[in-house]
Amino acid sequence: MGDSVAAGAGCPAMGSQDTSVLKEVTESDYKYGFVSDIDTDKIPVGLSEEVVRLISQKKGEPEWMLDFRLKAYRHWLTMTPPKWGHLRMPDIDFQAISYYAAPVKKEGPKSLDEVDPELLKTFDRLGIPLQEQKQLSGMAVDAVMDSVSVKTTHKEALAEKGIIFCSISEAIKDYPDLIKKYLGSVVSYKDNFYAALNSAVFSDGSFVYIPKGVRCPMELSTYFRINASGTGQFERTLIVADDDAYVSYLEGCTAPMRDENQLHAAIVEIIVEDRAEVKYSTVQNWYAGDKDGRGGIYNLVTKRGLCRGDYSKLSWTQVETGSAITWKYPSCVLMGEGSVGEFYSVALTRNHQQADTGTKMIHLGRNTRSTIVSKGISAGFSENSYRGLVKVTPAAEGARNYTQCDSLLLGSDCGAHTFPYIDVMNPTAIVEHEATTSKISEDQIFYCNQRGIPTEEAVGLIVNGYAKEVMNKLPMEFAVEAQKLLQISLEGSVG
Amino acid sequence: MNDILLKVTDLHAKVEDKEILRGIDLEIRPGEVHAIMGPNGSGKSTLSSVLAGNPAFTVTRGSAIFHGVDLLSLSPEDRSHEGLFLSFQYPVEIPGVSMVNFMRAAVNAKRKYFNEEPLGAGEFLKLMRQKRAIVELDNKLASRSVNEGFSGGEKKRNEIFQMAVLEPRLSILDETDSGLDIDALRIVAGGVNQLKTSQNATIVITHYQRLLDYIKPDFVHVLYKGRIVRTGGPELALELEEKGYDWIKEENR
Repeated sequence: MGDSVAAGAGCPAMGSQDTSVLKEVTESDYKYGFVSDIDTDKIPVGLSEEVVRLISQKKGEPEWMLDFRLKAYRHWLTMTPPKWGHLRMPDIDFQAISYYAAPVKKEGPKSLDEVDPELLKTFDRLGIPLQEQKQLSGMAVDAVMDSVSVKTTHKEALAEKGIIFCSISEAIKDYPDLIKKYLGSVVSYKDNFYAALNSAVFSDGSFVYIPKGVRCPMELSTYFRINASGTGQFERTLIVADDDAYVSYLEGCTAPMRDENQLHAAIVEIIVEDRAEVKYSTVQNWYAGDKDGRGGIYNLVTKRGLCRGDYSKLSWTQVETGSAITWKYPSCVLMGEGSVGEFYSVALTRNHQQADTGTKMIHLGRNTRSTIVSKGISAGFSENSYRGLVKVTPAAEGARNYTQCDSLLLGSDCGAHTFPYIDVMNPTAIVEHEATTSKISEDQIFYCNQRGIPTEEAVGLIVNGYAKEVMNKLPMEFAVEAQKLLQISLEGSVG
Repeated sequence: MNDILLKVTDLHAKVEDKEILRGIDLEIRPGEVHAIMGPNGSGKSTLSSVLAGNPAFTVTRGSAIFHGVDLLSLSPEDRSHEGLFLSFQYPVEIPGVSMVNFMRAAVNAKRKYFNEEPLGAGEFLKLMRQKRAIVELDNKLASRSVNEGFSGGEKKRNEIFQMAVLEPRLSILDETDSGLDIDALRIVAGGVNQLKTSQNATIVITHYQRLLDYIKPDFVHVLYKGRIVRTGGPELALELEEKGYDWIKEENR
């Protein structure tokens, strides 16, 4: 099932002149591609029960956590990687990856909170100041480098409201009851191959708990940075919003430019209780490989939220511009009566990038509602697929879904595909699906040119216009960044 | 010579393999209004597209000197910066791009060309407000997407609004009167007349005398089969209105 559109078919072809401009425009550089010179404690490559034990030991974890990992590892051994994505992916040699890399703390007298200046510099360069005096107001950040959390800002201010925002490693030690209760409750280690792998070797990530009735006063954010080479990053994020709580959470990611492919296999689990609301926004800008498709991150991620409470709401917004391969489907399980799931996505692929991304909306409860807005943008030789499932179970009386799925093609060597799956088992459900495919027309470019707007800026303007509906869902500060990112991803000239 | 704004000499152009312009000669001085008339398919819109640099057309011979600059060697955006404006016969829709963002990009691109700082938000909005009044465009325009869902009249008013903002030296109005009712026509023509100075010039491309009642031309040219076959004063337009184009066709058989 599903339909594919090869670029060029049914659309007016672009003149060769425009094509070359588009080519230039869509092959720009990656400005986060630097490597920081930081001593790294990296364990040897390979995966075995010993390695799992070693990771757990390095993190000083309790016995129950090690058991969780070992169970997952043993299950993983019985599984094979999924092959159903519309992706050309070479087999990954899981024995060639190092599963733990941590920046080494320098010797010398220092306070517990002190962070290596080189690390501070790295995050500064990424636009994430961690020093007290420079911290972003209105936003708390958990900065994760390779396998460990480096620093979490604004922790104390949040604690006053009873909000827990810390690295998952700390949470395992400090809040074992919450972790035992929720970890793996939405994404079981049996869920899929990469989920099992992550459950066995996950290194760090963030934990968020918003207590009953609390509205989180600032944006919470985790910034993931891969620095070490030959490693994988396996982060784990767990967000729990108790009854009537609200939180807006942001995630950003970058990695150095390298010829090798690096694996990023994360799990994000979200639990939303009665009348609570979680907004989860991602700007994914992992290194995408060079213009010939060498290197780049394999971004293979399982993200899922459970709207367990009645009238709870979970909203995913993602702007995906990076990674050589993206395989992720942030999903909502709508269990509570009247619960609401949303998915807003912009996925831009260029050069030889591949993305197979979308969502699953599983309607279990009565009068549950979901909205899906997906905007794919393909350029160069990239392949961009939307894959989505809307499932209405027999008990989901009065369920409602609206899906809008648009593709924009830049140039004529790229592909856009949609694979919508609709599975309705209750006759009262209303499910709508709309889809469009378009190209930027020569007329639009010439119109902009005539008004003095050069082609690359015009393409950026038009692409941002096309993606606006999704960009508007991002928190303000993030939206500006994401807009720039789209523009930069297309432009090249801007550093 | 210095006071010639545009001098077109022996201009030939083709689209794909079809020659459309076959030797256009035209001289325009600051302060002048030139009307270009002619039957369908005579090359009127091609002339405007070629001057504006539409890549769909290829110039095969001739030159166009715009206040001393070789127009044909410039990119479309640089022609715009140098002061050439084309009011499109069919203004293009750009979904999701608000008029404010579009015009800000246009204004700042021009400022950049002349090594000027981008206009601040306050100044820019003030400029938008002032210019909007010229064509009686309401303020909801700013948040609407470029030409998307605009009526025929609104699209043409929007073209003149953009012309007002960009303050060109030479404006080419390509069948700006097509699809306009009489009120819209009056507003559009009123806008054009307000923007007229002794320093700038206008080319009005039209089928009908009607528009020339509102925008008074100094010269009327008749284009036929890719050449200007007759040039006269305003009375030529009236003559065409009365007699149609058949006698022109007859003369140039």
